[in-house]
Amino acid sequence: MSGAFESGARKGEVATGTTIMAVAFEGGVVLGADSRVSTGTYIANRVSDKVAALHDSIYMCRSGSAADTQAISDYVRYFLASHATEINRPPTVKTAATLARKLCYENKDALMAGVIVGGYDPIEGGSVYVIPLGGTLMKMPFAIGGSGSTYIYGAVDANYKPNMTKEECQEFVKKSIAHAMARDGSSGGIIRLVTVDATGTTRDYIPGDQLPYGP
Amino acid sequence: PILEFLPTSISTTMSSGAGYDLSPTTFSPDGRLFQVEYAHKAVENSGTAIGIRCVDGCVLGVEKVLLSPLLKAGSNKQLHTLGPHHGMAFSGWAPDARQLIDRGRSEVQSYEETYGSEIPAEVLAERMAQYVHYFTLHGALRPFGVGAIVAGYDPETKKHALHMIEPNGVQYRYFGAALGKVRYLMLSCAPSRL
Repeated sequence: MSGAFESGARKGEVATGTTIMAVAFEGGVVLGADSRVSTGTYIANRVSDKVAALHDSIYMCRSGSAADTQAISDYVRYFLASHATEINRPPTVKTAATLARKLCYENKDALMAGVIVGGYDPIEGGSVYVIPLGGTLMKMPFAIGGSGSTYIYGAVDANYKPNMTKEECQEFVKKSIAHAMARDGSSGGIIRLVTVDATGTTRDYIPGDQLPYGP
Repeated sequence: PILEFLPTSISTTMSSGAGYDLSPTTFSPDGRLFQVEYAHKAVENSGTAIGIRCVDGCVLGVEKVLLSPLLKAGSNKQLHTLGPHHGMAFSGWAPDARQLIDRGRSEVQSYEETYGSEIPAEVLAERMAQYVHYFTLHGALRPFGVGAIVAGYDPETKKHALHMIEPNGVQYRYFGAALGKVRYLMLSCAPSRL
């Protein structure tokens, strides 16, 4: 995933120039994002929520065009709700990711959206799926995305360890996003953290003056 | 030989269609759709199909009526695969069954393409039943003269299930199901053996 899509934005379009991240642990997932939404150099929203709920235990981190990613998450939320009613059990993260990927791939010409779908289901436990610009679907132990992610590839590769606990994942996400926010002009504000596991979902935020790293 | 001793079909005791049985889109004054009931007749008078849900899987069986000694043995398959973990047996009008099988196969594939996992048996049965039902409310179409027994396994929940779809478009989940000529005999003996 590169930040090159920034130059492809339509004039005056609101973009979530962003840092998003999700890490899976055995019983769930930690998702994180910054909160800056910019139109060019103007920060349209400094406290936005880029981690959208798709279902009780499935979330989507959004990067790219704010409008496109909101539309995608709204559609997936609607499809997933109908699907959950039809199969009469919680939907799987794989299904949520497959639905999102179908939208992103079939409409690739019109959309500018890089998303990360993460959550918990009783079948697979915690899973992370990343869908970059063209509409590929990749299941990964962890994923980063958005323009800020380019600055932290080295850091996450160095700091990631398999089989981390929930708390270790939370620290890993917080530190990584803080580093990206320090270097990427399009990322900033606060860090929003969502932790999903079998017991439910916890939403948390780290205020901009209490980041683990940064000026 | 056992077929000769079956009781006559109960249709002789029903009231006649008398003009309300020409189209599936016409109810009779007593609230019946005669065309759909006649479709059930087509199933009742056909070769038997049976399905049983066991603790460790489902079993489907059909009576293979040998139409001619000239038919090659092993041809004319009567048990049909709908997907890697789904199959069906039918009783009734064979060409209609062909269409329902194709629809079932395409539902299995399209569900996997859309949702990324295998279709649960109850969803497949419901989709096929809705398709069958569609043909009971069109003036230009006739109902399916087919009953289908569908067995499926869901690798995610690790559960198997047996469903039966009737020509009027209902489907239910069963421990044991039977269609066709000897269905009453089978249904009377099955519960004691399950």
